[in-house]
This record gives sequence, structure tokens and C-alpha cells, in this order.
Amino acid sequence: MKLRHPTREVEVPGPISVVKLLNRLDLNRESVLLVRNGELVPGDAMLDDADLIEIRPVISGGAE
Amino acid sequence: MKCTVCREPAVIDLRRHNSNFCASHFTKFCRDQTQKAIDEFDMMTPADKVLVAVSGGKDSLAVWDILLDLGYAASGLYIGLGIGDYSDESKRYAREFAERRGAELIEIDLPAEYGYDIPEGSRAARRAPCSACGLSKRHLFDQAAVDGGFDVLVTGHNLDDEAAVLFGNVLHWQTEYLGRQHPVLPARHGFPRKVKPLVRLGEREMAAYCIVSGIDYIVDECPMAVGNKHIGYKNALNEIERTSPGTKADFYLSFLRKAASRFAGEAEESRDGLGACERCGAPSTADVCAFCRLVERATSARQPVELTRKGS
Repeated sequence: MKLRHPTREVEVPGPISVVKLLNRLDLNRESVLLVRNGELVPGDAMLDDADLIEIRPVISGGAE
Repeated sequence: MKCTVCREPAVIDLRRHNSNFCASHFTKFCRDQTQKAIDEFDMMTPADKVLVAVSGGKDSLAVWDILLDLGYAASGLYIGLGIGDYSDESKRYAREFAERRGAELIEIDLPAEYGYDIPEGSRAARRAPCSACGLSKRHLFDQAAVDGGFDVLVTGHNLDDEAAVLFGNVLHWQTEYLGRQHPVLPARHGFPRKVKPLVRLGEREMAAYCIVSGIDYIVDECPMAVGNKHIGYKNALNEIERTSPGTKADFYLSFLRKAASRFAGEAEESRDGLGACERCGAPSTADVCAFCRLVERATSARQPVELTRKGS
């Protein structure tokens, strides 16, 4: 499975749900969105081996 | 997972609302929440001339997009901060959005017009980069709004931003700041009215809004903000939110309803001491405002030093 932001390739066998993938990568669902082949998908969406996955961080800082 | 409204396939699940939405109902949800905040806090009317502070990031472009869709006459203001490729890229996103929506974008270039950039300003003033950046942006946004005859200045601060600031202010019992933490600051003492229409929407929702609306924005974090304490506060709150959805919203919105007024007196006292900066005329508690002092330090640090031989 290929991941973006940052771009990296991780070995996670599909099919796997969004929630399970994020748990596997130890990512908090509140801090990211998952985009599959350019489309936003919810937590129960199933991801396949061939999918291009972007796990997009949503936290921005800069408050002084 | 199906949309709670129309039963079509959902693109996002919002646990704190116990709801799932398809793209079109999610867009409507974001517009409704924005309008609700505008009405609830009496932020502005469609008759107002609105200036949106635009960074090229998700929140500022989303709030600009939503306000245009809601029928507000909203121009954008972008400040080039001179943070290398990050500034170049963020300016490109701001320009592309303005062009796509046919909206006016006002631009100010900090290095070209004031002679310093944020990395230099931060070093010269011995301030954290986010502090020098925030000080510069606040001053220039206020000035542009007042000079341009705008009725209201809009910023893209969202629920997560406000909850994180509240968290920090409570941790350190910054009671004066607690008194000022309201989604509307009225125009006074030379400051424009400032409003935060996204306070009912989280940043996960704003990023999702941009994706489903086809708004390109700068995803990468500002290189100067990495590791700042507010990001740490957001991560801490998101850890709580993970197991207790809705906690962030309750923390901030209940503060506004139940506690904010208790601190208003201290904020009033600090505002009463405001005079005018003797250089730029901006509201200030000192003879020279913090922005003019920052400009002076940053630009004097840039001037070449003439070395002379000792004793000559």
C-alpha cells in the first residue's frame, strides 16, 4: 500500500478498513483524513492492495 | 456507511455529531454551521464589506469559499511572509482560489514592503517564529481592514484552534486572555471588528470541506511552526476526543456560554490603557507599538555594520 504525506510505502495486506489501517499505523482518526484514489472515504471503507492512499494530516499550528 | 440525510454513500463520519454525510450534505452541513455561528454571535450581515485573512491553508480558503456561497461580499488579504518555498506555494494557492471564484485578493509582501521576513524578524526580535509571525499578521490585517474601509475582518480560526488556545490559557490561568477569547471582537480603539465564523467546525471538517469542494490548499505545515506548543495542545485534545467524541466542542462552546463573561473585566482593563503608536498610529499600550519595534529591530539587524580599526 502506498501512502502520501509523507510519501512512503508500507506493507499492509488488504482488504482492510480505514479504521483498522489507522489503528495499525497508530494514527489518531481525529488528526487525519483518508483519501483513496483522490476521493475522501469514511472510517468503514475497505481498502485494497492496489489503492493509492493518502493519509492527510489535518492539524495545523502557528498560533502564537 | 450511508449519509444520515439521504442514505447515499457517505464520504465522512463525524463521531461528535453521531452523523455521516455524503459530499453534498457535508458541504451543506459546513455552510449551516458557519451561518449558525454568524447568527449566534451576531458576527456580520450580508450588507457588510468583509475582508478575509487568507494564508493559502485549508481554513482560510474554506471560510472564504463558504462566505462567498452564503452571499457575503468577501475580499481576501494575503500576506507574503518570506518563509521560502512555503510562502511561494501558499501564495499560489491563494491566487488560484481567488481567480477561480472571481474574488478580489489584496496582497502585502512583508520583505518587499517592510524590509524583513519572518525568520529574520524572529531572530532580531528574539521572539519565537510564530510570535513574530502572529504579531506581524495581526498588525497588517488590522491596518488593511481599517484603511480599506472594511466593516469586518474574518479569520479562519476553527474549533480546534480555539479549543487549543483555551486549553493553553487555562493551563496557565491567563485570565486576561480568557476574557478576550470570544469569536467576535468589536471594533474599537482603531481595531476593526474581528470574527471567527468557523468556531463550530473542527479542522478535520475544514480539510474535508476543501477536499470535497475541490479546493487546493497548502497541506504541509509551516516549517517554522513545527513543534510549537499549540500543536502539542491540539494533539493532547485529540487524544481525549479519540475516546470521548464531542469533548473539544463542549470544552470551548460551554466556556463561551458559562465562563467567558467572568473574565471579561480583566480584558476591558487592559484595553482601557490603549493609546496610539507615535510612529504608525496603531492602538498600543506603549509609545511605539510592538510591530514598529519589530520592524526596527529586524531592519536594523539587516544593515551592514561598518567596522573601524580600534583607536582610529
